[in-house]
Amino acid sequence: MSTNTPKAQETVLSVQGLKKSIGRKEIIKGVSFDVRAGEIFGFLGPNGSGKTTTIRMLVDLIKPTSGRILVCGEDVNRNPERALRHVGCIVENPEMYGYLTGWENLEHFARMQEGITAERIAEVVEIVGMDRRIHDKVKTYSLGMRQRLGIAQALLGKPKLLILDEPTNGLDPLGIKELRAFIRRLADGGMSLFISSHLLSEIQLMCDRVAIIARGEVIAVGDVDELVSQADTYTVWLLDRPEAGKAMLEADPGVRLIGEHEHRIDDSILAGMPEAIITVMEEDRIAGTVARFVGAGIGVKAVQRVSPSLEELFLGLTEGEKIG
Amino acid sequence: MANLLALVQNETIKVWKKKRFAVVVLILLILIPVFVYAQMKIAQNSAEKFKGDWRAELQNRITDNTRALGSDRIPEEWKKWRRALVQQLQYYLDHDINPQTPNAVTFTRGFMDNAVTLFIPLMVLAIASDLVSGERSTGTIKMLLTRPVRRWRILFSKLVTLTLYVSLIIVSTVVLCYLISGLVFGYRGWGEPIFVGFQVSGADVNTSAVHAIPQYLYVLMQAGLIWFASMTVAILALMVSVLVRSTAASFVTMMAAIIAGAILTNMASSWHSAKYLFNVNLELTSYLQGTPPPIEGMTLGFSLCVLGLWALAGLVVSFAVFTKQDILN
Repeated sequence: MSTNTPKAQETVLSVQGLKKSIGRKEIIKGVSFDVRAGEIFGFLGPNGSGKTTTIRMLVDLIKPTSGRILVCGEDVNRNPERALRHVGCIVENPEMYGYLTGWENLEHFARMQEGITAERIAEVVEIVGMDRRIHDKVKTYSLGMRQRLGIAQALLGKPKLLILDEPTNGLDPLGIKELRAFIRRLADGGMSLFISSHLLSEIQLMCDRVAIIARGEVIAVGDVDELVSQADTYTVWLLDRPEAGKAMLEADPGVRLIGEHEHRIDDSILAGMPEAIITVMEEDRIAGTVARFVGAGIGVKAVQRVSPSLEELFLGLTEGEKIG
Repeated sequence: MANLLALVQNETIKVWKKKRFAVVVLILLILIPVFVYAQMKIAQNSAEKFKGDWRAELQNRITDNTRALGSDRIPEEWKKWRRALVQQLQYYLDHDINPQTPNAVTFTRGFMDNAVTLFIPLMVLAIASDLVSGERSTGTIKMLLTRPVRRWRILFSKLVTLTLYVSLIIVSTVVLCYLISGLVFGYRGWGEPIFVGFQVSGADVNTSAVHAIPQYLYVLMQAGLIWFASMTVAILALMVSVLVRSTAASFVTMMAAIIAGAILTNMASSWHSAKYLFNVNLELTSYLQGTPPPIEGMTLGFSLCVLGLWALAGLVVSFAVFTKQDILN
């Protein structure tokens, strides 16, 4: 519940009623959210939901059809030279000039903004830990190093908002872990971070608050944990007499049985468990159910709780909307 | 809010480090000696054919022409031309120059005349074609345009850089031509007279304004005209580079346009409206030489206007599109 920190009231990024049509097709149908100072804000959505288009609008690469984007109170489209001063970003891959060295790349981008000295360049190089290879040509860098250089570039102007688009793409598990720690350090220093991802687990691990986008619309904005709790969590049963067990579960009004093709649990979780019974039930009913199985002479081989996937979360959210 | 000078510095460094200009110089260093050798062979051949005393031959031509000047049957404007010719021949005689043997400056002049339609535009394209499309195909445009700088300033800095490199290409071509050909033909000829002022109207050549100017002035005028034609090509290439995402497509489009122009000029077209195309107007130096234009009614002023208008349109389109376009990928 880090959103409750008292100082986090200043709004760094404010997106209001953003829409974008390309040709006759409306790609972004209404995106609004606020990012506050010092928070890590997740932007979650499946591929093709309009994440990247939205991010490109945030940094003036794409002009919105309607709506406003304010960074520290400055309109990104009307005053890009004033608004973008507070923003550092990496859109998709960190592409830099391969024929220049890392240092020359940083010098290049430093010249595009006033007040960035050679000392500041050296400082960001140290922050991302690149001192050893900084004078090599960028085309010799690995993806991980390009990522670091991209972040160094984004940090040059001491931005108040750092935008990272799918930052963990292509990184190895260790690199992802380091990145997470790094992002947390930046946020602790008072910077706001805007991080997009298509993986719910990643957002859960990294972010304080999240906006969820689907088919060009933001369907929910809020605290990550609260949102996740809105979706159903599965309980998977593995019994020695599945038929009898299934009948017992069906008779219990507190349990909802999920058919084989109705769930969206990742296949890797169910691998090697062809007879698994998938249910949705309250956590505190599990112990009682186990006891009744034992009483009826049905052996319980395993019970497992499985967190919802991003798709499940969407379903939960859209159903909630219908009811409300 | 970075100042323009810093932006121009960025763009200049990028073109330089991409080794585009190095490639241009390398091409010149390979091609010029080839042409110098060819020119040397021509000079040797003609020297073998005309083994007589060239001074006596010059003296004869001067006498012939002077005699013709006294005749009443020759119209006044022809006389002017002949007077200039006599003046030129006398100069050769006075300065002990054999007009049949080339020198470094005549070679440079000839090379530039031939280079204006294809060779120099090609080198300009080597730099101009990927100025914007190169940033798009590598994705660096996303970094470039998300910095706090207005888009028109970025394109303007690219335009200034392009102008610098176009000028540099022309200067290097002249300098390298002179230096390399001088090794073989000797470093002289700056003061040698050459005719200008021919006016071609229809099938007639009006020679009333013909006069001789020193060759250095001619080369200077030539370089200026080539610069103008090259800048038009450069600006149109910049426009195509803004419009087309791939560098290869941008280069091929412009090259096709320029080659098409060269072919059209050679067809001595009866298609009159073709004279409004930029690519048939590139050979500005032909107006200095007094060769008839590819299409009737074309003059130096006309060609400069046509090129200027195309360049202006190119700039308007480039800036309008670049400042408004969505960077989708």
